[in-house]
Amino acid sequence: MAINFLYPDYEVVRDFERCMVCRVCERQCANGAHAFLPEANKMACDDAKCVNCHRCVSLCPTRALKIVKSDHTYKENANWSGKTIKELYRQAGSGGVLLSSMGNPENYPVYFDKILLNASQVTNPSIDPLREPMETKVFLGAKPQQIQRDPKGRIVNNLAPHLTLSMPVMFSAMSYGSISYNAHESLARAAEQLGILYNTGEGGLHEDFYRFGNNTIVQVASGRFGVHPDYLNSGAAIEIKMGQGAKPGIGGHLPGTKIVGDVSRTRMIPEGGDAISPAPHHDIYSIEDLRQLVFSLKEVTNYQKPVIVKIAAVHNVSAIASGIARSGADIIAIDGFRGGTGAAPTRIRDHVGIPIELALASVDKRLRDEGIRDNVSLVVGGSIRSSADIVKAIALGADAVYIATAALLALGCHLCRSCHTGKCNWGIATQVPELVKRLNPQVGSKRLVNLLTAWRHEIKEMMGGMGINSIESLRGNRLMLRGVGLTEKELKILGIKYAGE
Amino acid sequence: MNISAANMDFKQLNEQIKTAVGNVCISHCCGQRFIGRGFKDKTITIHGTPGNALGAYLDGATIEVRGNTQDAVGDTMNNGKIIVHGNAGDALGYAMRGGSIFVRDDAGYRTGIHMKQYQDRKPVIVVGGKVGSFLGEYLAGGLIVVLGIGTEDTPVGNFTGTGMHGGRIFIRTNKELTGLPAQVTAEIAGPEEMSEILPLLSEFCSLFGVAADDLIKDSYYVLKPNAKNPYQQLYTAN
Amino acid sequence: MKEGQVRIPSGCAISGLIDKTGKRMSGEAIIRSISVMRDRSNGLGGGFAAYGIYPEYKDYYALHIFYEHTAAKKSCEEFLERHFDIINLSKIPTRRMKEITDEPLIWRYFVTPLPTKLAESQLDEREFVARCVFRVNTTINGAYIFSGGKNMGVFKGVGYPEDVGRFYRLEEYEGYCFTAHGRYPTNTPGWWGGAHPFALLDYAVVHNGEISSYDANRRAIEMYGYKCTLQTDTEVITYIVDYLHRRKGLSFDEIASVIAAPFWQTIEAMPPEERETSEYLRNVFAAQLITGPFSILVGFEGGLMALNDRLKLRSMVVAEKDDIVYVASEEAAIRMIEPNLAKVWSPGGGQPVIVRVNGGER
Repeated sequence: MAINFLYPDYEVVRDFERCMVCRVCERQCANGAHAFLPEANKMACDDAKCVNCHRCVSLCPTRALKIVKSDHTYKENANWSGKTIKELYRQAGSGGVLLSSMGNPENYPVYFDKILLNASQVTNPSIDPLREPMETKVFLGAKPQQIQRDPKGRIVNNLAPHLTLSMPVMFSAMSYGSISYNAHESLARAAEQLGILYNTGEGGLHEDFYRFGNNTIVQVASGRFGVHPDYLNSGAAIEIKMGQGAKPGIGGHLPGTKIVGDVSRTRMIPEGGDAISPAPHHDIYSIEDLRQLVFSLKEVTNYQKPVIVKIAAVHNVSAIASGIARSGADIIAIDGFRGGTGAAPTRIRDHVGIPIELALASVDKRLRDEGIRDNVSLVVGGSIRSSADIVKAIALGADAVYIATAALLALGCHLCRSCHTGKCNWGIATQVPELVKRLNPQVGSKRLVNLLTAWRHEIKEMMGGMGINSIESLRGNRLMLRGVGLTEKELKILGIKYAGE
Repeated sequence: MNISAANMDFKQLNEQIKTAVGNVCISHCCGQRFIGRGFKDKTITIHGTPGNALGAYLDGATIEVRGNTQDAVGDTMNNGKIIVHGNAGDALGYAMRGGSIFVRDDAGYRTGIHMKQYQDRKPVIVVGGKVGSFLGEYLAGGLIVVLGIGTEDTPVGNFTGTGMHGGRIFIRTNKELTGLPAQVTAEIAGPEEMSEILPLLSEFCSLFGVAADDLIKDSYYVLKPNAKNPYQQLYTAN
Repeated sequence: MKEGQVRIPSGCAISGLIDKTGKRMSGEAIIRSISVMRDRSNGLGGGFAAYGIYPEYKDYYALHIFYEHTAAKKSCEEFLERHFDIINLSKIPTRRMKEITDEPLIWRYFVTPLPTKLAESQLDEREFVARCVFRVNTTINGAYIFSGGKNMGVFKGVGYPEDVGRFYRLEEYEGYCFTAHGRYPTNTPGWWGGAHPFALLDYAVVHNGEISSYDANRRAIEMYGYKCTLQTDTEVITYIVDYLHRRKGLSFDEIASVIAAPFWQTIEAMPPEERETSEYLRNVFAAQLITGPFSILVGFEGGLMALNDRLKLRSMVVAEKDDIVYVASEEAAIRMIEPNLAKVWSPGGGQPVIVRVNGGER
């Protein structure tokens, strides 16, 4: 066997005092990291196979296991880090493009962490959300240009089709195929209970989930998997996926190993074949072509559904958003460079795109400068990690946020970033039936509802502290934000003052 | 029912087509988009030049155009039939999943990109003349036939079948096909393979009044993908 | 923020027609043609280039100038008087319309360089005029020369193109060639100079698409004395055409194989002599390769070139009837003005269609 020069990043540490050789770890690990040695009657592990997903740790009845970062190291080098060296070895050995999963883990600034929120003191009152009304309901969609009245002088409801959310959060697109049936069901059920929406992603909509239509956004991506008139009419809104924060500018590629059974049926492609999403929509090479797709979708749904256009946050995002706001789209979704993915080339994930905070601030400003902010609602994602991030995003100008990584964490994801292997031990990013069934949709949806219920309380607390009792008064209210540790330029782009100003 | 499309925008026109009882005949069509989008039944006959995205998401209806068409005909088409007595523009049958498109003359660049088939749905595109580059790029299923009637040269452009991982492309030509990508194998179609397209050829001939004998006796290349997973080896897990 | 201070990508519609015998026709047809493609523009820019419209002044440069205020007009006219013999000047006739608002002052001058100034400059006449145009556009605040060729003119503004055409009373002009542009910018430029066509001397370009090579092209062309004041693709394409044609003496066929160069794969399959030339052009003019989607119409004195990018990422249809050649983003735009065409085709990527009046090269 050729030497691959690779040494495990993590070590599985077993306390043999505690281990009772129940072999749960062995059964739970789809990566085969644990093995039973009959002669010695003890467990052994191959650290090289461990992805650090904590499945075995969580299920070990005697808490005999832990995973630690290996202290095995290369000679210290500030330029050539161990990670860089390893990646190079991998490519020299395989000739392949490095493939990773989930969001950009690199050490770029997280602007949400450099923004602080305001609270009322003395001059205006804070509000106690436990005893006073505190509204988090939002509408997403275009605002009408003019008030119309009927002959009797009553206002005519000329609202364009829009979405109503109980709180400014939605589950963002994750396709059936990249995640499991049970993960999709968990999201759909939680969205219904919470009065929000989840998003099918680009893999079509499983027939079982058509019943969640009012809480569903159906996505149309470049591969058009499972896209047909009934699908388009089944949801509450249609999202055109132009880009994704984790991999701006490139397409998708769901390997044939995940195109099995119902995934194949839902995507309407044969089993075992790759599902390749081209980098562009080949009917969109220019902004006027986007208008064409937007209106073809509106035509085929009789102008009943709002159309969302989702783009990755890239350098000239504000110009792009301005073009989209004039394309007939009702909602623009912007996905920051921290957004997750089931698989992306490492170099793209880690080096392409810009932070969502800066993209949001500049898009919101540009649309206001041009007087077209009312044409569209803004939804941002990638990555929203907490209720504080949500409040900050709304105050920067978003109408709502998209969450996905956070939702997966609620379902049990441990961010081991190995989705591309298809062997998710938590039953989320896998199509292997015995792994999928580890995720119980009832439990999963409950955990999602718990998470967002808790976040809603926190959002209300923060709003109350600012003396704001309705979420629309927070939207774009940048005076509620102050920066710390930011340069003049960063403050200018974010449109906020420095703490103490 | 007859509809004159003169001075009508696409929204009005599509509304009229939708509410029309029975089959529809449109005259003076000039650039109106999305005609027949998503229709499940009806036969729509068009005189003039329909605009882009003709028959987008078509779901069973028949559209016949007495003239040329523009870009994105049959975009994401699910079922039904589109017959063009003339040329088609770029991106013909993009991401099409079912039904058939017959074009009497030429089609543009990127014909049949990412067509896919599933169970009984097998999309078909037959082009009588020649097509531009990127024919059948990312082809995932279905049948594309290019007849090259009226051209001495190879009736396809460059980069035919790039990323192809399903389906078949038939090309009628005496010339050697060169520059095909690694994911594709090309050989002269044998009798068994020809039997797959014979019904399509006879339908083409009867639609457009072309003599079938000449077409059938000629030699065709058949292009097939050599793997269902053309890009698997491109990646290494990190 | 004005166009030029920010880069504004846009999508678009283009249309053009030319009579191969040089017979003049009214501007009515081009207005009707571009109006069909309303869905490809968004009312934030439209314009036309018309060739052969000033036969009585055909030996003079026709300068079309926007002024934001009378002070700009005064300074500009002073500059023009120092450098040119002004044969005629007038307001460009317009029509008051509710669709067109906030127009600048729009003036036209027929000029010829002062012989003494020209001799002093040691420049060729066209270079002298081009430099004067750059001088005005970069140094006189509020003045902008948007057209400066002989026997041709650009007419443009903010609005839908058909409205802009009516505003300029384009139907009252007669020319042998017209091009038109409907713009879909991703911003509110609000400035008339930002509309297209973009012109330098008698080269006028209309363009559909957003090129990806913009800044590589811009930085390269600015080295040769051009100033990209608008930051638009069309501007840099116009300068590249001017540079390759007027200054480097390339033919339009050669220009096409520079800006939409064949792929190496295609070049490798060429006969040896053609291959050597193609390799030479790709090597020498590497910085003038334009990538990303474009379909362009380049108007020039006595001709018109239509060209798609080498991947043909934009649609473009060419048609013929009798002596007239038509080009448009959509066939419907041609059918609107000539339902019975003799021939209709879509040129391949990188394959120029070059039409010359009476077959002549200038």
